[in-house]
Amino acid sequence: MSKTLYDKLWDAHLVKQRDDGSALIYIDRHIVHEVTSPQAFEGLRLADRKLWRVDSILATPDHNVPTTSKERESGVEGIEDPVSKIQVQTLDDNCDSFGITEFKINDKRQGIVHVIGPESGASLPGMTIVCGDSHTATNGALGALAHGIGTSEVEHVMATQCLVAKKMKNMLVRVDGRLQAGVTPKDVVLAIIAKIGTAGGTGYAIEFGGQVFRDMSMEGRMTVCNMAIEAGARAGMVAVDQTTIDYVKGRPFAPTGEIWDQAVEAWQNLVSDADAVFDTVVEIDGNGIDPQVSWGTSPEMVLPVHGVVPDPKAETDATKKAGIERALEYMGLEAGQAIKDIHLDRVFIGSCTNSRIEDMRAAASVIKGRKKAASVKEAIVVPGSGLVKAQAEAEGLDKIFTDAGIEWREPGCSMCLAMNADKLGAGEHCASTSNRNFEGRQGYGGRTHLVSPEMAAAAAIAGHFVDVREF
Amino acid sequence: MKAFTQHKGLVAPMDRANVDTDMIIPKQFLKSIKRSGFGKNLFDELRYLDEGQPDQSCEGRPLNPDFALNQSRYQGASVLLARENFGCGSSREHAPWALDDYGFRAIIAPSYADIFYNNSFKNGLLPIVLSEAQVEQLFAEMYKNEGYELSIDLEEQLVITPSGEKIAFEIDEFRRHCLLNGFDDIGLTLQDADAIKAYELKRQASAPWLFNAIKAGV
Ligand code: SF4
Repeated sequence: MSKTLYDKLWDAHLVKQRDDGSALIYIDRHIVHEVTSPQAFEGLRLADRKLWRVDSILATPDHNVPTTSKERESGVEGIEDPVSKIQVQTLDDNCDSFGITEFKINDKRQGIVHVIGPESGASLPGMTIVCGDSHTATNGALGALAHGIGTSEVEHVMATQCLVAKKMKNMLVRVDGRLQAGVTPKDVVLAIIAKIGTAGGTGYAIEFGGQVFRDMSMEGRMTVCNMAIEAGARAGMVAVDQTTIDYVKGRPFAPTGEIWDQAVEAWQNLVSDADAVFDTVVEIDGNGIDPQVSWGTSPEMVLPVHGVVPDPKAETDATKKAGIERALEYMGLEAGQAIKDIHLDRVFIGSCTNSRIEDMRAAASVIKGRKKAASVKEAIVVPGSGLVKAQAEAEGLDKIFTDAGIEWREPGCSMCLAMNADKLGAGEHCASTSNRNFEGRQGYGGRTHLVSPEMAAAAAIAGHFVDVREF
Repeated sequence: MKAFTQHKGLVAPMDRANVDTDMIIPKQFLKSIKRSGFGKNLFDELRYLDEGQPDQSCEGRPLNPDFALNQSRYQGASVLLARENFGCGSSREHAPWALDDYGFRAIIAPSYADIFYNNSFKNGLLPIVLSEAQVEQLFAEMYKNEGYELSIDLEEQLVITPSGEKIAFEIDEFRRHCLLNGFDDIGLTLQDADAIKAYELKRQASAPWLFNAIKAGV
C-alpha cells in the first residue's frame, strides 16, 4: 500500500498498537529547555524513576537567557532577573545530576532549542523528535516526525523513551510555481496560515510539497515547518532530497563513514509515495504570494503588504467579527488603514522562525549602507545560536547592523516571548520575525506584526512597513 | 493523574474564539519551577487592569470588572464554557495547570488545539467537545440563568443541564479509561518495557545512526 512520508515515519516508530486506538511511539531524540522541564525532573525524582536513554537527550537554556553581553559575561550568575536565574540554574542542576548533555548558557553551541537540533546534527532525517515546546515542528524540515509535547509528556519520554499517541491525519500543502524576488519562506508560511486558518491543521500532520519547497533551502524549510503549529498542526515536514542530505553531512552528531552511507540510502525513502493519498490537500500558487504582514492578534490575521486593515462590518460571521473588532482595538488600528501606514516603535529580528545564518544575511543585505529610522526606538538582531553568531561575525554582518544603529545581541529566544529583559512597552508596534502575535506576547500591551527578516529590516530603515521588493 | 468520574459545578464563560495559551497564563509566570500556584494568574491580562508580576500577591490588584470571572455570579465556577480553538499556541502545560489550580475541572468548547487537549487529560481536566450549536445553547442558558450549573458524567459521556436535558459527548476510549481510573501514564507504559527494548534492539541493527549518542565532547 502506498504511504505518505508521515505514514512511513509513524510505522517505523510504532512500538505497540493498543486495542483502544492509542499507540506507543518510540522517540529517537529529546531536546530539553529550562521552562518546560523542571516539573518533569521533579516528577521523576518523586517517583524514583530513571531516564530510559540519557544519550538521546540534548539540553540548552534559551527562553530566559539575557541577550546583552553585559549580562551574559558571567554566565548564570550574571542573570539579573532572579526568577529567570533560578530556572536556568535548575536546568543546569538537573542535567548535571541526571548526566544529560547540556549546551550551557555560555557554551558557543548554546542557542534556541529548534536552532541547535538541526545545527548540531542531533536532529536527523527519519527521526522522531520531541521537545517541550510547540515549535519543535521546525525539525520536520529534515524529513523527521517532530512535535511539541507538554511537561507530563516530557517526563513520560524521559522515563520510557515513548510517547502515547494517536495517529494524525495527513494533509498536503502544495505550493507550486516560483517565488518572486523578495518573497521568502516566511511569507509562504504566513500566506498558508492566512488561507487555512490557525485551526486549519488541527488533527493533521502537514507535509509541505511542491516546487517552491523543492527549491527552498533547508533553513527556509525550517522557517515553514516551524509555523506548522500556527496553522494548528503539531507536526510539519518536508520530504528528504539532496538539499537535506547536503545539509546534514558533516554536522557534529551526524553519522560518518559506512554508517553515513547506510543512513543516506535509508533516507532516500523518506518521501511520500507518488500515489499516496492525503486526507486533505491545499494548493497555493507560489507565483502569486506577496510579502506578508500580520495586522491582528492571531497569526491568521495576515495581509499582503499593499493591503488595508479589514473592516469588521464586512464580516458576516459573528465570532469572526468580534475577533476582528477586538484585534483592531488591541492593535490600535482603524479599519481601512493601509499596512504601509503602520509606524514601528521597535524591530526584532530573531526567534526560532528566523534566526539562522540565512536570515541574518537576508536582513543584512537590506540594511547594508543604510541607517535605522530615528523614529524606531530600538531595533535588535538576536542570532539563534552561538554558532550562528560566530558565523555572522566572521562574515562581518554584525558590523552592517551596528553601523546602521541596530543592536547585535547574544543568542536566545529574546523578544519572541519576552521572558527575558527584551520586551515591548504598552502600545508599541513591533515588526517582528517571530511566530506569534498574541496579545501581550512580546510584552504587556505590545503590538506585534509578523514579517520576514527582509521586511523587518526594511521597516527598521523606513520607520514603517514598505514593500521590500520596491525598497 | 487525578481521576475524573462525575462532576457538578457552576459554569463560567470565556466567550471568545482562539483563546491562546499566552492569554490563559502569560509568560512571566512560566518562570516558576513548580506545578502549582498558577491559578491566581489565570487569564491575568484579562482579569486585572495592571501588569502582573511573578511572586506578587494578587490581593489589592485592580480587577477588570467586565471580565466574567470577576463577577460575583461566576465565583466558584468549575466548568468553563468556551469557544472554538481553545488553548491554541504553545505546548506549555502551565495552561491546564492554571485552569486546574483556579478550580476548573472541565471545559466545554466546540474545538481545542491539539497539544492543549492532550495536556488537559494529563492533569485530570476534562475537555469536552460539543457542537457549535450545543455550545451556543449552553451559553444562552447560562447567560439567562444565574447560578447555572452543569453535571458531567464521564462514565456515561453525558453533560446534563439543569432542566435534565442530556447531551452526549465523544471521547476516545483510552483517554476516558485513564481519566476514570486516574491512571499513571508512565506506569502503564512501563508495563510494556519488554516491547520497547525489543523495538530498540531491532532498530539498532537496522538503523544504528538513530542511536548516535549525544555526548558532551562532540
Ligand atoms: S524563539 Fe520564541 S517560539 Fe521559538 S522556542 Fe523561543 S520562545 Fe518559543
